[in-house]
Amino acid sequence: MTDVLLDIGFSHDLAVLIAKLVGVVVVASFGLVWTLFGIWLERKIAGRFQDRLGPNRVGPFGVLQSLPDAVKIVLKEDIIPTGADKWVFNIAPVLSVFSVLLAWVVVPFAFGWTGSDLSIGVLYLVAVGSLGEIAVLMAGWSSNNKFALLGAFRGVAQLISYEIPMVLALLVPVLLSGSMSLQGIVQQQHIMYFIAVPMTFVIFFISSLAEMGRAPFDLLEAESELVAGYMTEYSGMKFGMFYVGEFLHAFTFSVLAAIFFLGGWKGPFAEDVPFLGLIYLMIKAMFAYFAMMWIRMTFPRVRIDQMLAFNWKFLVPLSLGNLLVVAFLWKLVPDTNAINSFGDAVVPTLVLLVANGLMAAGLLVYLRGEGLRERERVQARLVAVDPAVTAGSGD
Amino acid sequence: MTWEALVFLIFSVITLGSGALVVTTRNLFHAALYLMLSLFGVAGLFVLLTAPFLAGVEIVVYIGAIAILIIFAIMLTPQVMQIPHLRSNQWIAALVAAALFFLMLVSVLTPLAEELGVDNWSAGFTQDDPADVPADTLTTLGESLVDPDLYVLPFEVASVLLMAALVGAAMMVRPEEPEPRRSEPAPVVEPGAEQATTGGD
Repeated sequence: MTDVLLDIGFSHDLAVLIAKLVGVVVVASFGLVWTLFGIWLERKIAGRFQDRLGPNRVGPFGVLQSLPDAVKIVLKEDIIPTGADKWVFNIAPVLSVFSVLLAWVVVPFAFGWTGSDLSIGVLYLVAVGSLGEIAVLMAGWSSNNKFALLGAFRGVAQLISYEIPMVLALLVPVLLSGSMSLQGIVQQQHIMYFIAVPMTFVIFFISSLAEMGRAPFDLLEAESELVAGYMTEYSGMKFGMFYVGEFLHAFTFSVLAAIFFLGGWKGPFAEDVPFLGLIYLMIKAMFAYFAMMWIRMTFPRVRIDQMLAFNWKFLVPLSLGNLLVVAFLWKLVPDTNAINSFGDAVVPTLVLLVANGLMAAGLLVYLRGEGLRERERVQARLVAVDPAVTAGSGD
Repeated sequence: MTWEALVFLIFSVITLGSGALVVTTRNLFHAALYLMLSLFGVAGLFVLLTAPFLAGVEIVVYIGAIAILIIFAIMLTPQVMQIPHLRSNQWIAALVAAALFFLMLVSVLTPLAEELGVDNWSAGFTQDDPADVPADTLTTLGESLVDPDLYVLPFEVASVLLMAALVGAAMMVRPEEPEPRRSEPAPVVEPGAEQATTGGD
């Protein structure tokens, strides 16, 4: 690209700048165009889960359904509530999409295909994720609506809480690969980290579900409780931007899960034919995404107090302990820098897997005890209210 | 005018401009947002100094945590939000304090610059060639934080301090009366509240 521009006669700096700009446009457009298809896919699959057909009118199988939806949402009237803080109100949706799109900069699509392979990729992801919180606060505050403000409070409380286990889980791949750049993490995964540290993957998965505000953690827009959370007052394309941002967030996190734990673009012949790498990455990301949809369609929503208690009293200590165990075991590996092939990675992977299995077993025993104790507490309360209730009828 | 100078100019304007707006704007929430923008500009300057890690930390810690907490604090104090416009007659005091601080900075930095061998101020601020900066600043940083000969003591002291702050915060938000122990029967719920506690099916 740069060479072509140089041949035409641009100066070097300008050519580099234009090439970079084109790259930015391509990466951002990829995300946004994918959204149109992804929304259709999600509606279709959700329909199947709920024994419906899903969209099936526009185009074959309803593939083009998102296009008329997008046109409709653009044509809708744009309402700004009285007393709203106009500037903040208008910037918030932009910032929301912006924070998600920025994450795509460091995504390694294939061997050597990265927007910009930052040496601090993981930290960068966390940083741009925190911009989304500001968007939520701005939207809630500027709407001049107490429900929107309450929604924003809850949303931000959820986001900053679940960031902690997420970062602690992300530290594990960083530790195992000895690199913070996403490309480096993928390169080091001779065996998927999912096999070595499944517990970490589950922690990451749960906290990323909460980070993007999807069921069962979708209190950000709890329609039944808070009208519509922080975007109550938004209409037309601004609401559309929040919607797109949220959707893209989900897809971004599934791609990240694929990169950090499922080996990214790694696969047979991926290094020779970069395009294959992209396909592998998308397949893996789709697996993660399907699991997210599955959870979304299956689980009931969690109350805000349950959600925060689950995070602070269970997930954070668990992720801390998990990080300690992994770091300790990794310290025992004689020479971590010498792991350069599939064969080298087998033994450490197995050791970590066994440790994870033991941790998971202990955890399940603990959870079972907790469940029984909780049931006893509920029973005691019920008996206190109504002595006719006998123990054991709580099932 | 090189690219670096142009970008530096942009980030400086962002940092200083929004910094000035923080203290002049009438609206506290806007002030907090401008503070975020100012910190964002600082992160950009860190990037220019080829310190990407510090830039990331700047955004995560300051924008993602501290500024959000400031906003929460502002919003949870209703009286503050209802002040129509903040009147302040401390401009002169603020200016004096700023001037004193600037003088202090100059008096600290000048000997430092001499020690580093910067004779000419303008020559001292040319952008280093990125090739001169060690590529793996991150590893260097991490190793020097836990190196006994370097910064392990301040690092550990800081972590103990943070731990103390955590414990203190937890102590402050403890409820006044201790919760009933598990062995005691739970307080009797009013009959009307049954639906809320019916578990099971």
